Amino acid sequence: MLTKRIIPCLDIKDGRTVKGVNFENIRDAGDPIELGALYAEKGADELVFLDITATNERRKTLSELVTRIARHVNIPFTVGGGISSVEDVNVLLQSGADKISVNTSAFKRPELVDELAREFGSQCVVLAIDTRFEDGDWYVYLNGGRVKTEIKAYDWAKEAVQRGAGEILLTSMNNDGTKQGFALDITGKLSQNLNVPVIASGGAGTMEHFMDVFENAQADAALAASIFHYKEIEIQALKTYLYQRGVNIRF
Amino acid sequence: MKTVIIKYNAGNIRSVMFALDRLGVEGVVTDDPEAIKAADKVIFPGVGEASSAMRYLQERKLDQLISGLKQPVLGICLGMQLMCKHSEENDTNCLGIFDVEVKRFQSPVDNLLKIPQIGWNNVTGLYSTMFEHVPENSYMYFVHSYYAALSPYTVATTNYVINYSAALQKDNFYAVQFHPEKSAGEGQKILENFLKL
Repeated sequence: MLTKRIIPCLDIKDGRTVKGVNFENIRDAGDPIELGALYAEKGADELVFLDITATNERRKTLSELVTRIARHVNIPFTVGGGISSVEDVNVLLQSGADKISVNTSAFKRPELVDELAREFGSQCVVLAIDTRFEDGDWYVYLNGGRVKTEIKAYDWAKEAVQRGAGEILLTSMNNDGTKQGFALDITGKLSQNLNVPVIASGGAGTMEHFMDVFENAQADAALAASIFHYKEIEIQALKTYLYQRGVNIRF
Repeated sequence: MKTVIIKYNAGNIRSVMFALDRLGVEGVVTDDPEAIKAADKVIFPGVGEASSAMRYLQERKLDQLISGLKQPVLGICLGMQLMCKHSEENDTNCLGIFDVEVKRFQSPVDNLLKIPQIGWNNVTGLYSTMFEHVPENSYMYFVHSYYAALSPYTVATTNYVINYSAALQKDNFYAVQFHPEKSAGEGQKILENFLKL
């Protein structure tokens, strides 16, 4: 049976991981390759690298980094952050990324999703949505959550899937950073109504939260950053916990 | 030993190259018929669409070449599907090495099936030298919308709504639907076994 996936997310700036990662058993916690390989070894099912570099050198640094990751990491990984064209994606896939994620650029020009799906196949096109609940519904936010739109997250997700997105990475801004659990309602709505996998993101604080999002919201995968980086939850222990409670998990 | 990765208009070739690299083997990426014929091992990878891939192979006469190879050949993902007889993906006639039909996953009436299947699934009924020291029920990474039906050539089975071929084997032709190059240690073991054939 297809398993639920546990996905650590690494934020990258100028080729280095940001956020205070602290592991005794690696030499350089700022090195995305070393950290990624460690997570792979610990049982992560996939990795997401989110590039938040804003400089002009970004593209070159990122493609070099992707090549280094692909060389050393033997599980699939997604690269996101500032991707806005077929050419950007081509470079990253050629460098060895398995999937790419698009967010603001796809919202501003939805045809990008069609173009990417046609050129590279839906399986490598992940649509990332940042969403916030207000005035009774979940709305799409852009530019890393700074810009509000009037479009509902579900409507945009549905359109993007029709255009060829192969997976949805849904981050609830209400939950992100709270450690109070994932947004079960909107995650469940997307997961149960769209025929592509949904990755839940934002709010993971305990192992029970992962259980909830898999069992009660039917998420296909769950993504988290700081709880893994700060070792508040070990991936192995999390997988054991889920497995013992009947969730399909890879060991 | 010379290991060749067939170059054609399909993705993930780099990942296969890197996976070989991690095993200390240099994979040469080429579409040169002579180089392919002369190799000790041939890997036929792929993520892409069947009809355009077949057209590319036919234009370069690689279709006949691949079918006629005598050394161990490993098809991966789309590579495996192209080694079958026919694919429902744009009604494509494929290489016909395996007399097997490639079909699209169908949602059951009462359940929404997510297509493509993306993620880790277990493989059972492992019956091939390429699975030596790979335990039953090992998890492999799959990304696909089409599958090879069960057949006498099936040497590993996976379930996604239905049981289908996770791997096929006939004479010197080996094929896996999943991505060994992305399937952590167990996937690496399969590549290692293939390279030792």
